[in-house]
Amino acid sequence: MQQLLNTALTGLTLGMVYAAFALALVLIWRSTRIVNFAQAPMAMATTFVALVVIDAGYGYWLGFAAALLSGLVLGAVLERLVIRPAEGGPEINAVILTLGLFIVLHGVAAVVFGNRYRSFPAPFGLRGFEVGATTIALNGFGVFTIVSVLVVMGALVALFRFTDVGLRMRAAALDQEVARLLGVRVGHMLTLGWALAALVGSLAGLLIAGGSLVHPSYMDSVVVFGFVAAVLGGLDSPLGSVIGGLVLGVSLSFVSGYVGSQLVPLAALAILMLVLTLRPGGLFAHAPERRV
Amino acid sequence: MRARLGGLWRSTLGRHLVVALAALVVLVVVLESVSDYRNTQLAAMAYLGIAAGGLTVLTGTNGQLSLGHGALMAVGAYTAALLLPDRDTSVPLSVVIVAAVLTTLLVGTVVGLAAARLHGPYLAGATLALAVAVPGIALYFKETLGGEQGLPVVMPEIPVWVLDLAFFVTGQDLTRSRFTAYVAWLTLVVVYLLLANLGAGRTGRRWRAVRDDEVAAELAGIDLGRARVSAFVVSAAAAGAAGAILAFTVKLAAPSAFTLTLSLTLLAAIVLGGLGSLTGALIGAALLTFLPGVVTDLGRSAGLGDIRAAELAPLVYGLVMVAVVLLAPAGIVGSLRGALAHRRSTHRSTSSKGTAA
Repeated sequence: MQQLLNTALTGLTLGMVYAAFALALVLIWRSTRIVNFAQAPMAMATTFVALVVIDAGYGYWLGFAAALLSGLVLGAVLERLVIRPAEGGPEINAVILTLGLFIVLHGVAAVVFGNRYRSFPAPFGLRGFEVGATTIALNGFGVFTIVSVLVVMGALVALFRFTDVGLRMRAAALDQEVARLLGVRVGHMLTLGWALAALVGSLAGLLIAGGSLVHPSYMDSVVVFGFVAAVLGGLDSPLGSVIGGLVLGVSLSFVSGYVGSQLVPLAALAILMLVLTLRPGGLFAHAPERRV
Repeated sequence: MRARLGGLWRSTLGRHLVVALAALVVLVVVLESVSDYRNTQLAAMAYLGIAAGGLTVLTGTNGQLSLGHGALMAVGAYTAALLLPDRDTSVPLSVVIVAAVLTTLLVGTVVGLAAARLHGPYLAGATLALAVAVPGIALYFKETLGGEQGLPVVMPEIPVWVLDLAFFVTGQDLTRSRFTAYVAWLTLVVVYLLLANLGAGRTGRRWRAVRDDEVAAELAGIDLGRARVSAFVVSAAAAGAAGAILAFTVKLAAPSAFTLTLSLTLLAAIVLGGLGSLTGALIGAALLTFLPGVVTDLGRSAGLGDIRAAELAPLVYGLVMVAVVLLAPAGIVGSLRGALAHRRSTHRSTSSKGTAA
């Protein structure tokens, strides 16, 4: 019973991180119909930015802010300089570009920071809370993880539902041509979409890194989990990506706890193939999955 | 005689066979002329070329992305390693290669049926998941698959008839490295022959139709899902063959060789060489094989430490890949063909102008 509870709690915490990452992928998919595979090294790069700030003695929270801000900037710059020029060409070119960025960001991090594993601090305690005589697998950092993801999601919902900018972004995502006719500056909206997605991805990167080791490849498996979560929930559905992330997090936690941690990526692949075979559009698809 | 040769050249299979025979001659000359170290490098180029050839058919001809070809190579390599555990086992290499291809074909079919049928990023995502999952499988089943240390591959003795034939043709003794290089390149010639014929035939036309215009293809009666799955499966089979050759060359199948990086470098190779072109895939494989040494030397001479200098090669691949997609989407071979076509049309219009005058 205790192991069951601990496994579920661990899964919930991880699930929130996967949900954030899936949300980053969905934001970009909704605006530009591209899956941004470079999201993982983008998050890794901004985490290294935070590490530089923290190691320089400025403390965790300034590092945290630096990471989110650099994520915002990195997303905007990459969309403007790399993705925008490929607009209108074969859709495969844009995906290949995100993979090229994947390699470049990896290479830059490896050359600048080296491949050593480096410790990354956590802002809250890593010891599990005690309930009666039992220690459970929920700690201060875990609560911070859950709360920070919820706050970011709430902020995004507020932005998209209640602000003019959010309305314009939704219009640009829904139909670029009509939005242009109505005076929306579509290019700016797409850049902003990438920037926000990169910010959310940066948060996921920091949460994965907290209390753990970072190296240029540490986010690679997370892009898989984020993608599986996004597909599980439906690539078009932000709400779906969150629920997909939680479902996936808990599922993989049970695999890790009861079967073996080395098979977690295989379990993610199996879940993905199951979803694609049975319900390609995902649980919360707004429209039937486009076959054409 | 001329008519007969002309007829041979005009037939697709005939033309490909002629090119294959010419390649074999060049092959013998090159492999016999260089050192054992170069033979090993050339064997590496061959297995990368085989995998890149399969990938360029999938991505360039059919328009689908796979990020898991490194993982599929792992399936082929581990199959080969399991069949060649020690010198006492006497499974012929050709049987090992076929077994590797069939095993990888099976894995490719499973993944393809789930993900390749659909339009969109699903195959890329599924193969990415496969690329991340494969090292974990090797670790989990470490009793069978050797864990982090991997499985050693013991090459069987070179058959006597091969030694005799080699001496007869070349006048030189056949070293083990050269033998491996021959196996690698013969496999490449066979794989490329098959891929070229598939691409030039009915199957290839269906694949290209799906890539170019799905609606028109479907209206013409092509089953989109089936075409996509078949392209992926053929591509996976090539990756399996490449994996087996890698196992022969490196003599080890270990998880650290089959990371996501391998899949991404294969993609970089085909993008640079020119999507859809087997010649481009081979050029890309050559760059993958020989560029790291050059780049590392440059990095070291620029003052970087050895380990950091070694990291420059992937950085260069990534930058070149982005630059190619943005500036020269057709890659090396595609751009050259474009330039030649342009020159030809210019010449023709000049001739026409002359005639008019």
